[in-house]
Amino acid sequence: MTDFVNAGLRELGAALAQKQISSVELTTLFLDRIEKFNPTLNAFVSVGRDQALAAAQAADRKLGAGGTVSPLCGIPLAHKDIFCAEGWRTTCGSKMLADFVAPYDAHVVELLNAAGMVTLGKCNMDEFAMGSSNETSFFGPVKNPWDTACVPGGSSGGSAAAVAARLAPVATGTDTGGSIRQPAALCGLSGLKPTYGVVSRYGMIAFASSLDQGGPMARSAEDCALLLNGMAGFDPRDSTSLERPTEDYCRDLGKPLDGLRIGLPREFFGAGMDAGVRAAVETALAEYRKLGATTVEVSLPNSGLSVPAYYVIAPAEASSNLSRFDGVRYGHRAADYADLNDMYAKSRAEGFGAEVKRRILIGTYVLSHGYYDAYYLKAQKIRRLIAADFQEAFKSCDVIMGPTAPSVAFPFGAKSADPVQMYLSDIYTIAVNLAGLPGMSIPCGFDKDLPVGLQIVGPWFGEAKMLGVAHRFQQATDWHRRAPAAFAA
Amino acid sequence: MSLSLDDVSRIARLARIEISSAEAEHTRAQLNGILAFVEQLQAVNTDGIEPMAHAVDVVQRLRADAVTEADRRDAFQAVAPETEAGLYLVPKVIE
Repeated sequence: MTDFVNAGLRELGAALAQKQISSVELTTLFLDRIEKFNPTLNAFVSVGRDQALAAAQAADRKLGAGGTVSPLCGIPLAHKDIFCAEGWRTTCGSKMLADFVAPYDAHVVELLNAAGMVTLGKCNMDEFAMGSSNETSFFGPVKNPWDTACVPGGSSGGSAAAVAARLAPVATGTDTGGSIRQPAALCGLSGLKPTYGVVSRYGMIAFASSLDQGGPMARSAEDCALLLNGMAGFDPRDSTSLERPTEDYCRDLGKPLDGLRIGLPREFFGAGMDAGVRAAVETALAEYRKLGATTVEVSLPNSGLSVPAYYVIAPAEASSNLSRFDGVRYGHRAADYADLNDMYAKSRAEGFGAEVKRRILIGTYVLSHGYYDAYYLKAQKIRRLIAADFQEAFKSCDVIMGPTAPSVAFPFGAKSADPVQMYLSDIYTIAVNLAGLPGMSIPCGFDKDLPVGLQIVGPWFGEAKMLGVAHRFQQATDWHRRAPAAFAA
Repeated sequence: MSLSLDDVSRIARLARIEISSAEAEHTRAQLNGILAFVEQLQAVNTDGIEPMAHAVDVVQRLRADAVTEADRRDAFQAVAPETEAGLYLVPKVIE
């Protein structure tokens, strides 16, 4: 009998195809686990038992009808609450959208629904994806399943906690500065941020449009590849969606690593990384050498500027994107106001939390008259330097590796008083967004009994190769199979 | 450079976010902390560097000038705070 709670997508797909289990049974299994464990974890903002079971029944009919169905048909998943799903409350972790029921589907949701996947619910997240610990959510923080006194990372912390605790086989996430990779690392998952433009941003509530990218969060690289096959695709409704031939992201799974050149940026192995994280990453690199890869030192000389450049560019874009929340067409409207401007100012003051307001104010300032050149234009020039560093590094290596985060999951409150300290949680991930490259995190060991993530960065459109590189490691190790004991099946 | 309380209230006005006088000092301190952190960008020589607005260099796609969306006014207005006869209601702007 298959262990459905811990099974990968390929096994679940096979079990559904062979009628070992129905989608309704599988969906019920996960809905029951959510009911049991979510009060402890707060990973879900909304759970839709009726909607999920109706979708599961439809999937069972598709599976029963014979003919070709998607390998994802009938498999349940959770969506980060940043993706609009028609008829589902879509909050983006904010009071501003606490009662917003989306009137349409995001492209990602549309594609996965069409494949026959079953939405279990919507996952908690940092408000408007701004945060690295899930502490900025209006709906309260998500707990890390490995230690409920610690943060799950952010902003896709609900998605990460849900998959780590086996409340969903896989989940969607989004990554603007590390929001898939850092929570994947802190919760012991595999997560991939694709090349900018591979996954449509349509219906994905905008934070920083030149950086935002959706991607899969799963227990294994193979599951990431299978889910990405379902999420990626050209969409004319996103002006930066890339029109490219369809790829099979599973095509390099099982490929040997002989001759693979792994670049190790010396800037990622300096001070600032915890000793236990360094040890786990070094052990993983030794494993890769054993598997036939070679390592070569590379340099990303401007990577130290990535966090400050990001905290100009991302707030600038956020201040523009979030100006749409005006209390007129959707979202929170204040009860009392004197005139139109007062209505805007009060609705936004009440609807947004502290971190979102800070970023809107910073963004407004750096874009304001007299400061645009000194801040925004300057940061965009530095962004080009950071991107060029990667191009130079990829001349001597096929993928780049290093830590995903400088430390394992930290206790609640540890970094919430000082915004800049929190921003530095993403010190190794942000440069990848600025350059638009694909990046992923896979579990590679433990420090202080908490998971450590290994980051893999590829050249543009290197997803399939990276997934192959990650999968080969997961065939040789079992870090990705470890489950937090308190939530084991 | 460091923001004054007047700067903070000017930025808040531009951003259409009300900030009470009780919050203003704390906000000022936090914004100044962030601005001090990003100040290190100023030391970098970027002469002759083209600003990078987007991650991938592609040309803006154009589409045919044709109607592609169905009329879903009712569904979209159902989520609005206040509507009447297909219109969004706001406080009176012109006397």
